[in-house]
Amino acid sequence: MTHASPVLDVRHIKFKVGVRTILDDCSLTLNKGELKVLIGPSGAGKSTFLQCINFLQIPDSGEIFLEGEQITTNNVKQLCSYRSKVGMIFQDFKLFDHLTALDNVAIALRKVRKYTASAAKDRAMQELERVNLGDKTELYPAQLSGGQKQRVAFARALAMDPIVLLLDEPTSALDPELVGEVLQVIRDLAAHGMTMIMATHQMDFIRAISTEIIFMEQGRIIEQDSPANLLAPNCESRTKQFYNTLQSV
Amino acid sequence: MLAGSLVTLGIVFGALSIGLIFGLFFAVLQVYGKAWQAALVGIYVFLFRGFPIIVLLFLGYGFFVALGLPANPFMISCVVLGCTSTAYQSQIFRGAIMSLRAGQFKAARALGMTDWQAIRYIIIPQALRLSIPGWSNEYSILLKDSAICFVLGTQDIMAKTSFAAARTHEHLALYAAAGLIYFILTLVVVKLLSRLENKLHIPGFTQANGDNNL
Repeated sequence: MTHASPVLDVRHIKFKVGVRTILDDCSLTLNKGELKVLIGPSGAGKSTFLQCINFLQIPDSGEIFLEGEQITTNNVKQLCSYRSKVGMIFQDFKLFDHLTALDNVAIALRKVRKYTASAAKDRAMQELERVNLGDKTELYPAQLSGGQKQRVAFARALAMDPIVLLLDEPTSALDPELVGEVLQVIRDLAAHGMTMIMATHQMDFIRAISTEIIFMEQGRIIEQDSPANLLAPNCESRTKQFYNTLQSV
Repeated sequence: MLAGSLVTLGIVFGALSIGLIFGLFFAVLQVYGKAWQAALVGIYVFLFRGFPIIVLLFLGYGFFVALGLPANPFMISCVVLGCTSTAYQSQIFRGAIMSLRAGQFKAARALGMTDWQAIRYIIIPQALRLSIPGWSNEYSILLKDSAICFVLGTQDIMAKTSFAAARTHEHLALYAAAGLIYFILTLVVVKLLSRLENKLHIPGFTQANGDNNL
């Protein structure tokens, strides 16, 4: 592993549903510790792009490399191992409804990472404490608030020691007063050097901590640069225009 | 008639077990399998839901004889009712799987589980909980469907009753007693399943009985 090679390299992803093109030649690279942000109007393909990156949707064409190794869909073992190293946070949490917060975090440790029950429990406990949910471990998803559910989802993803974290609008389904607690988790992760790609509309947050903005529209990446450049006062980027629209709401 | 009750229960639990195992398997194939697998299950379900049980019992007898298997009425009844129950139970489980919240499977895959692990540890535990009411219905129907097995000579409640009635001419009392036995067997097991449902109740995911304030 040379220092210069990217952690994740996604090349020329195309994805179609019937005759509709959802993603048209989307590429990105992520270096260690970077936080890149996907923005754009709804229907731009941000979610689909993230799901293609860990093959929850199978792209029609394109190549994906994790730490230099190409991932293919026909090798189930490699695919599962890849997914276990690329964490995913969903807009609607997708916690396992029949498991407690603790078991939500522990189950993949036991079944995928092959931890013993007690080792998985200890690790899960540790991850839940890290997101300040040490006192909610025995509650079921339906007994938690949106912000707490999303924090359990973070604990679940982080317990796998992911190399990269994909975040699909992690705060969009939350009540406004709960957004802060989830952003705080992401801020801590960024400070600890976690490599992330996040679809979001939290513009102030993006300005503050992202290393690069990727602007998508109609399935294509149309702008890609640092927030300082794209959002500069005299800049006439599409991103800036979108930013202004969001601000004027 | 007590011995008959044991035979009846034997047939019903045998058939329910066959139906549980294959029904779950077929439901999973129908939801997550390839198109041709789902189509095969569909055909199976239509066949076994479309034929009257009495026809299937005689067909089953015919098959056992043709294949040179011992034509044991108890075995044939178990297998035939098991096959029909598989068809019905597969649809109970399929309905339960489809009613799970979207994304449970996706979230499991995103953590690196294989499809089989996701089904085994995430989908089936949820689907089984949601299936208990439908399953309790299936039990009570199957119990009474089993009454027809006496046509093959199975020594179940019905067979014992009709034998005793033919001998003593006490039709009214004997058939009333038979009905009562079926009624009690239904009641007891349905109540037990309902307790099981309460025991496995998960806050916010499944509802406890008497807790369904709409």
